[in-house]
Order: sequence, then structure tokens, then C-alpha cells
Amino acid sequence: MTVERVISEKKDQFPIGMRVLAVDDDPTCLLLLETLLRRCQYNVTITSQAVTALKLLRENKNNFDLVISDVHMPDMDGFKLLELVGLEMDLPVIMLSANGDTKLVMKGITHGGCDYLLKPVRIEELQNIWQHVVRRKKFDRKDRYNSGSQDKAYTDSGEAARMGNVDQNGKLNKKRKDQNEEEDEERDENGHDSEDPSTQKEPRVVWSVELHHKFVTAVKQLGIDKAVPKKILELMNVEKLTRENVASHLQKYRLYLKRITCLANQQANMAAAVGSADSTYLRMGSLNGLGNFHTLAGSDQLRNAAFRSFPPGGVLGRLNTPAGLGMHGLPSPGMIQLNHVQNLGNTNNDQSKLQSFVIPGNHNANILQGMPMSLELDQLQNNKGVNHIGELSTADNSTVFPVSGSLINARTTGCSDNPLPGVTSNSLMLEGSSQQATLHASNLRDSVSAMGFKSGNPLSHFTSMAPASDQLQDSKADLQSQASPISCNAGQIIRNAPQEWNAARKDATYQSNVMCCSINSSISVNGAMDHLGPCLDQNNPIFQRNIDLDSIGPSNFVDPLSIKRCEGENLAMEPSVTQKEGYFVVQPRLQGSYIPDNIGSLEDLASAMMKREQDKGEAADGNFGCNAYSRRTNCI
Amino acid sequence: MERNPMRRQLAVMRQSLFDQGYLDEQFVQLEELQDDANPNFVEEVVTLYYRDSARLILNVEQALERKPFDFNKLDGYMHQFKGSSSSIGAKKVKAESTLFREYCKSGNGEGCMRTFQQLKKEYATLRKKLEAYFQLARQAGPMETACHPK
Repeated sequence: MTVERVISEKKDQFPIGMRVLAVDDDPTCLLLLETLLRRCQYNVTITSQAVTALKLLRENKNNFDLVISDVHMPDMDGFKLLELVGLEMDLPVIMLSANGDTKLVMKGITHGGCDYLLKPVRIEELQNIWQHVVRRKKFDRKDRYNSGSQDKAYTDSGEAARMGNVDQNGKLNKKRKDQNEEEDEERDENGHDSEDPSTQKEPRVVWSVELHHKFVTAVKQLGIDKAVPKKILELMNVEKLTRENVASHLQKYRLYLKRITCLANQQANMAAAVGSADSTYLRMGSLNGLGNFHTLAGSDQLRNAAFRSFPPGGVLGRLNTPAGLGMHGLPSPGMIQLNHVQNLGNTNNDQSKLQSFVIPGNHNANILQGMPMSLELDQLQNNKGVNHIGELSTADNSTVFPVSGSLINARTTGCSDNPLPGVTSNSLMLEGSSQQATLHASNLRDSVSAMGFKSGNPLSHFTSMAPASDQLQDSKADLQSQASPISCNAGQIIRNAPQEWNAARKDATYQSNVMCCSINSSISVNGAMDHLGPCLDQNNPIFQRNIDLDSIGPSNFVDPLSIKRCEGENLAMEPSVTQKEGYFVVQPRLQGSYIPDNIGSLEDLASAMMKREQDKGEAADGNFGCNAYSRRTNCI
Repeated sequence: MERNPMRRQLAVMRQSLFDQGYLDEQFVQLEELQDDANPNFVEEVVTLYYRDSARLILNVEQALERKPFDFNKLDGYMHQFKGSSSSIGAKKVKAESTLFREYCKSGNGEGCMRTFQQLKKEYATLRKKLEAYFQLARQAGPMETACHPK
């Protein structure tokens, strides 16, 4: 179908011709869904893989009006896809599942789904799904829709039209925004550089790495509590960016930070246990998360660069970049990390390394503040943690990033008052050793659960964490499996301290778990994490998983190196885990497109962990949501 | 001419599938989607189902050979299987898979195994019946799909 044709169809006969993207790994259901949708006269595109769906959506957000996705998919959890689509493309997403448990439905809604259908789906239900598109559009651009400015948007009038739309949209948005700056999720962002907007969607702002970085810098400057869109906009000084765009992005960022915080809290707990509470580490995690946000945008460069070098400064660099982007309110990621990085020095006990992590700008100022405090405390612990990590990793202390330890601490601290020990146990789990893994797994699970719900933050970020615990459970005997779960959790940690991981490896087994996780995240994020690679292989496929998790986005993020290695292992763990290069990472619900760099991965892990916790919480079982996680990791 | 008795026979066969609980309302939905543009839709979907679900059945079998049982995994497979079974309206098969999942949730390995055997039986029986049904439908020639049971 040509865009023009679709557009004209849409314009005239909506909902006829509405462009739907249907995702379901079950071919029978997919065929049925496709046929039903065509019967409703929608314009249907189908795919059986979530990663393909994401790819299609990222190629051109304006090609689709609505996404329908199954919840249980091997390559990526449906909720994760839901989050990503919501964050990146802001399209309405309808969830589909054979399972109608209230908890799942709730989860679907809290993750941003605009509807939840049960299989087998009936045509009557599908005949009305267009309402979600209209509702969203109407809410965002009421006037524009009616006035037909959209026409301009999608004709190839180009910039002018877009600009016009943007302005119009901006104005519209402003009106609504004035009421509540913060609640901007529904709004489509104006697209500066998007392609022709879809007929009914305004051009979206593409939050590139640089743009996000500016955003985060501005937020940090203002202070997370005082960061209001208007001021941020002024500080950013970007042409054609409207306050609404910023407000919308800010909201997402805050959610992201929240997740990171929770994750950080968890980690902090873990770190506490591990003994490496480095707030900076946490921050890194958060940074990563943010990074991920942008990473998707393709800023793996940053990551890679940062991680590869992983020199003390290097680490920071990495952290800074992504972190900076994502975290508002947090000290410039780079800053924090840098400081710590230097400290890292190369000892396993180098807590300071962790310190450099900047806790992702969780919306809670506490986190940041909390982190430093915890960090301090954790620092001491970090040493231990680092040691552990060292064990896991290739005993390259110098590179070890105590991040994991601190990260955990930081996170936990930030998020809640979770006892660090709890968190650490999780990290322990991450360890590759089976025994430990076993132990850890249980700890992790418990911790995770605890962590997850303590903060009460959306755990989407930490989805990856959850899986970790699950995995641990599933295959206690299977180190690999265990590793995976750990990775999940560790992911957070790892993200922050991929480097640390190596270093810490030697020292602490249990920390290694943590490290593993972090490493995983790191690894996944950057191919750069070479040092992690070896560790990964040994320790757990999880790492790979985590990595994958983090780099949901562009395949470039996911560095196959670590992942591949573990691939075999990981796969063993979860039947559903499919490692695909480039698509690893079942990213926990990222607020934005995180840059899957190490940092990002950690954050992702964190998010994933958080998420899992949430998920798990819903499941109300000790299993931290590993299951969910597992699914996520499948995206590997 | 010849078609009429065949069509009648086809209608009877179809009705009995519903009456005996092999198929449910969802199957009717499939039939409704069949039209000139999609003349063999129902058969296509059913064929696809049996092809794809064979894999799941195999996975479950293999999983049941490994002790101790990984109930989570089993549940996962069955969840998927249930989803596709319900999409074609395989009523009895779906019921067995629901039961299987219950046993998984309660960690009842024995129950799982028993239910799985029953499930496979229903699965095979339905397949035979549907194959016979489609064959007859083809012989009866292109005709409107059987009327709804209602």
C-alpha cells in the first residue's frame, strides 16, 4: 500500500483503512487475527515477531495507527513491546491474550495498553478498536484533526506542513498542557524530523541522543523537582521544540527515573548485601536506563565508546552520555561516574567505582540523595561486592566497576528504604556459580520481590530483573539458567558497572553475581564489554540475556559478543528464550528508546527488574517475576 | 443434484461436531470469515493449527519426560496451545488444556500426565473428524458454508 493511498483512505473513510500492525507468535491466531481485521476493512500488517514489529514501527511511526499484540511471545514480552511502543511511538496498543486473569489485564493497562482483548478474539470486538485511535488523536489534536491540518502533515508538503502542524499542535497542546504539564503522555510529539506524519498523527519529535542529552542536562541544571517544561525548553534552546514535546518527554523521563529508582533500590539492597553500595553505580544504572532511551535512537556509539575503553574515565564517559541523557535531576552522569571511575582504580574492592554511577534521574530526588548516602555506606560494602563481581568476571579488577555493588545500593537507596542486604542477595544470585546461584536465586527472588514493590515505582524498567529470579528458580541446577536470572537483576547492576564486573569478578563470588548481572547488561549493551565477555561465558548465559534485554532496540546495541556466547547457555535455560542477534534484550519497558550501552543495559535491567517485581508482585509469588523476565529475555 | 445429499450429509456432520462438543462458537466465526475471496479459510486455519500445535505437543511430551517437571514451562506451552486451540473452536481440546494448566499450577504431575494423555486423544479425534469433514466439503463442491447451527 502506498502511503498516499492509505492516507487518502484514512482521511475519507476512517475507520476503514485504518493501519493496524498485528503481532502474535502463534500462526493460527495471527492468521485469524489478520483475517478478522481485514474483514473490518482495516489495512493490516502482520508479523510474528515483536522485534520485527518494533523495527517496522521505528522505521516509520507514521505508517501505523494502531498496534495489536499478543502478550506471550518468545522473543519479547508483550508488555515490554507495549511500553516501548508507547514510549517511542506513542501509538495505541491493544493487548491480546488467551489469559484473562485480572492481574494480567491490570498489567496491560498499567503498562499503557489502551485495551485488553481475550482470545479467541471476535470480530465484534475488533470492529470497535478504531475508537482508541480516535480517542488518542482527538485528545491530542482535536482542532488539528478537524481542521484537516493533518492533511498538510501527511502530504509531502514537508517541513512547512510539519511546522505548521507542530505549531498548531503545540498550541493545542499548550492549552491542554497548561492544565497539567506533567500529564502529557497522550500527546504526540511534534516531529521535527520525522517523515511524513501519518494522516492522523502529528509528526513526532524524535528524541535523539543529543536532544535527550540536552534535555537531561537542562533537567539536571534545574533540579529534578524544579524542572518544568518551560524552563527546560528554554535551557535546551532547541528550535522547533515545543513545550508540549518537552512536557511529554519529561513525563516519560520521570517514569523512567522512577523505575530506575526502584531498581536502584533493589540494587542498593543487593549492593548492601554485596557490600558495594555505590550510589554512583546506581546512577549509572539509571543513566543507562536513560541511555537506553536514547540508545534505541542509535546512540550505541556512546555506549560502545564508553564501555570499550572502560578506562576509568571511559566508564564515566559512557555513563555520562546515556545517563546524562536520561537523567534529569541527577548529577550529570558523567560527572558522577567520572569521579568514581577514577576511584575505581582496579581493585576489586573499589567501591568508588561504583560511586561514579549516577543513579538514573529517578524522579525522586531521594534517589539521588539517597544514593549518595547509601553509596557511602555501600562503598565499604562495595568492596565486597566488587570482589564478588571480580570473581565472576575475568578478574580484571581494574576494569571492575563497583557499579554493581553501588548500583544496587544506589538504586535501592533511592527508591526506598529497602534494606540493602536484601538487594545484595539478589546480586548474589547473579553469580555464576551454581551454588551461589541457587542461593542467590532465591535471595534474588525474594529481594527482587521485596525491592520491586517497595518503591512502588513502575517496575517496567526492571522487568529484566524479574526474569532473573525466575530463571534462577527454574534451573537451580542449571547454572546457566541461574545466571540468566541473575543477569536480569544484575543487568541493572551490570549496566552500571560492566567494567566493574570484570574487576570484581575475582573477588567476590557473590558480587560476581551482581556483576554478572551488570555485566550482562553491560555486555549486551556494548560489544565493547569485551572483558565482560569472557566472564559471561563462564558465568551465565544470563549475561547475555541481560544484554539482550537492554538492547531491545537496535541490534547494534546488543553486542553479540557476550550474548552469543551465552546464547547457548541461555537458551538452555528458557525454552522460550530466543537469542537473536541484534534483538536480544527483552528490554524491560523502557521509557524511551534507551541506548543500549552498558549503562543502558544496566538500567534496562533495572527497569526490567523493577518491572518484574511489579509483575511478580502481581503474581504474588516469591518468584520475582522471573517468568516475566524470562519472556523478556527471550528477546534475545 | 448429487450435491444435495452430500451437502445434507455435510450439514449433519457439521452439526454433530457441535452437538458432541468438539467444536464451539468460534468455529462458526471461522466459517463466517470464509467467503469468495477466502474460500478455504476454515480448512487453512485448521491445517495451520495442527501443523503448528504439533510442535507444542511435542514440547510438552519432552518436558514430561524430564523429571522433575518444570511446571512453569509446561504451563507456558499449554497456555500457547490453549490460545490456538480456542482460536479454531476446538472445545474439548481447549477444556483439556485448561485442566492441564490447573494441574501445573498446583504442581500435580500425575494430573498433568493423565490430562495430557486425554488431551492428545481429543486432539487426534478432532483432527480425524475435521479431516473427514473437509474432505466431504470438497467433494460436495464449492458451496456456501454450512449454515450456522443457530
